Amino acid sequence: MTNILFFKATLLFYFLGTALFMLNLWDNRKEQPETRQTPWPQKFAIVATAAGFLCHTVALGIRLKEGGYVPLTNLQETVSFFSWAMVIAFFWVEIKYQLYILGSFILPLAFLSLISVAALHNEAAPLNPTLINAWFGIHTILSVLGIVAFSIAFIAGIIYLIQDRFLKSKQLTTLYSRLPSLDMLDQWNRQAILFGFPLLTLGIISGALWSQYTMGTLWGKNNSKQALSLGIWFFYLLVLHGRINIGWRAKKAARLAIIGFIGVIFIFVTLA
Amino acid sequence: MNIVIVGLNHRTASVDIRERLSISDSNMGDALYRLTSDPIIDEGLILSTCNRVEVCAVVKDTHLGFEVIKNFLATSNPSLTLEAITPSLYIYSSSKAIEHLFRVASSLDSMIVGEPQILGQLKDAFDHAILHKTTGIILNKAFKKAISVAKRVRTETKIAESAVSISFAAVELAKKIFGKLNEKSVLLIGAGEMAELAARHFVGNGVESIAIANRSYERAVALAKTFNGEPIKFDDFESEMVKSDIILCSAGAPHYLITPEAVKKIIALRQNRPIFFIDISVPRNIDPKINDLDNVFLYDIDDLQHSVETNIESRKKEAFKAEEIITEEIISFVKWFKSLDAVPMIVALKGRAESIRQAEMEKMINKLGDLTDVQKQALESLTASIVNKLLHSPLTVLKKEVYSTNGNMILETTRKLFDLEALLDTPETEKKKT
Repeated sequence: MTNILFFKATLLFYFLGTALFMLNLWDNRKEQPETRQTPWPQKFAIVATAAGFLCHTVALGIRLKEGGYVPLTNLQETVSFFSWAMVIAFFWVEIKYQLYILGSFILPLAFLSLISVAALHNEAAPLNPTLINAWFGIHTILSVLGIVAFSIAFIAGIIYLIQDRFLKSKQLTTLYSRLPSLDMLDQWNRQAILFGFPLLTLGIISGALWSQYTMGTLWGKNNSKQALSLGIWFFYLLVLHGRINIGWRAKKAARLAIIGFIGVIFIFVTLA
Repeated sequence: MNIVIVGLNHRTASVDIRERLSISDSNMGDALYRLTSDPIIDEGLILSTCNRVEVCAVVKDTHLGFEVIKNFLATSNPSLTLEAITPSLYIYSSSKAIEHLFRVASSLDSMIVGEPQILGQLKDAFDHAILHKTTGIILNKAFKKAISVAKRVRTETKIAESAVSISFAAVELAKKIFGKLNEKSVLLIGAGEMAELAARHFVGNGVESIAIANRSYERAVALAKTFNGEPIKFDDFESEMVKSDIILCSAGAPHYLITPEAVKKIIALRQNRPIFFIDISVPRNIDPKINDLDNVFLYDIDDLQHSVETNIESRKKEAFKAEEIITEEIISFVKWFKSLDAVPMIVALKGRAESIRQAEMEKMINKLGDLTDVQKQALESLTASIVNKLLHSPLTVLKKEVYSTNGNMILETTRKLFDLEALLDTPETEKKKT
């Protein structure tokens, strides 16, 4: 029961963090580099996110301890883990680049994914024993981390298109001045996909191994999930190939990252 | 005697005419001699930059002077005719000419208002004229004044900041597109003053390389030297664009030099690497449609000006302040200039002598006590004849020599010898400087 309490606290904190980050996004005051003053919504947003992250970690820890297995056996558990990893990615980006404005994009995604499965949240259902398997755990962790990386590429793509629009329309607003350069966003997009692709690859391989181990076959004949995952894998392979060999960078890469992510979410939601 | 300006600039003449009229430093001496060889021209000076060619002269007759200078310009290049250049020329005389000179020096007449290069170019033109002894008392004074007015405008208004902030805005935009600029390359198409200023900012922000394409290859080479850049032939700029991330166009062509079709090809060759175009030409030299292409960003001079923080109101205020300073300075200069005219000089000189005579007469009459009318008359005619005899020679010289080459010198000397400043109503400041 305690983990549900922590889970609810997590939701509340993430909600607060999201609201504050949104407020920060519409904060029209000019950033003054000489004073180096952090605007208050941003300060509190980070505090709320950190508090939420702690609760989230505790909730997941309790779940792990209670169940005695990696809690990634159903949709809400997987999404919860995804959301948790997104927040880690957020802190990692913040520490590395000090671009707090990104919280306004990453945290809503973490919050929305978590709240969308919150209704499903209940006590652990009777478990399919085949899911309690090391390969399955590896498969889900790697796949979710891959998706986290693709989400970062997606967010970089979204911000790229926003910033591109600002620059093209010559609307050099306060938000424009706070968003990173197009080049940096394109770099993140590239890095994120370069990071996510091997994770997805290993995720698919470990999934096949788990299938081999439990069902005696590497590749299920009527397994649409596997087929679609492979489709996504090919898509990102194409994206990487395009970037390295044909110059699919900048705006095109931003659009591709968004399309890819929508595909991933589609599979995740329909087939999980 | 009058001061006149005949010239053309980026607004009145195409780059083609401007280039054919422009006079290089090495030819300046000959041109100045040719200009001042005409007897109607007493003093002459030529200002030749990328954006303007102006002849400033002191002439004996305003209308004849205009004709002589127009002919001088038309014959300076065999490919030009008087008919071809006349529509592009503007002419100014007396206080209008002074106003124009002050505005040019203060960079109010520049393509980019407030750009700092013009003052240096004006000083160079002045130095050339002094070196070849083609200026005299009037132009020397006028140009010294123009330089001091320009400095006043620069220190007392924020006009100059605007040009600097445009370059700054261009650099800031480039940073938002490319992040760090240290691996980026800049291409200048056309090498005008503003291009140079912007290029300096980009170099200051660490761009890796700079290439300069200019119609006059000589100028491209000269500018390339100052930036450690690479001069390229003007016709090769399109192939150079593939290698360039930031393209600064100030070619001053009458039509679009860069079209969407060309840019499409370049973007494909660049494999979608973004490219930032800055068009500071007036009229524009880059088709605005290229901004619709992916990974292409185009800013013209208005866009940059809008992106600069200072709002339009405050910019207008600064321009107004500058105009006020100029008006003020014109009044003081014109007063001095008018004092050089023979008629008021003669009147002033006579007046001065007469007032001294009257004062001394009065003193003497008071001292001597009762005098008969005859005695008074005798005193009167004696003093009057002394004064007249004394003034006869200076007045004759003034009347006769005022239109000679030394005329202005004689006027100025007379003014000083007889201390006529007050009578000619010239402000105090002028007295100190002369």
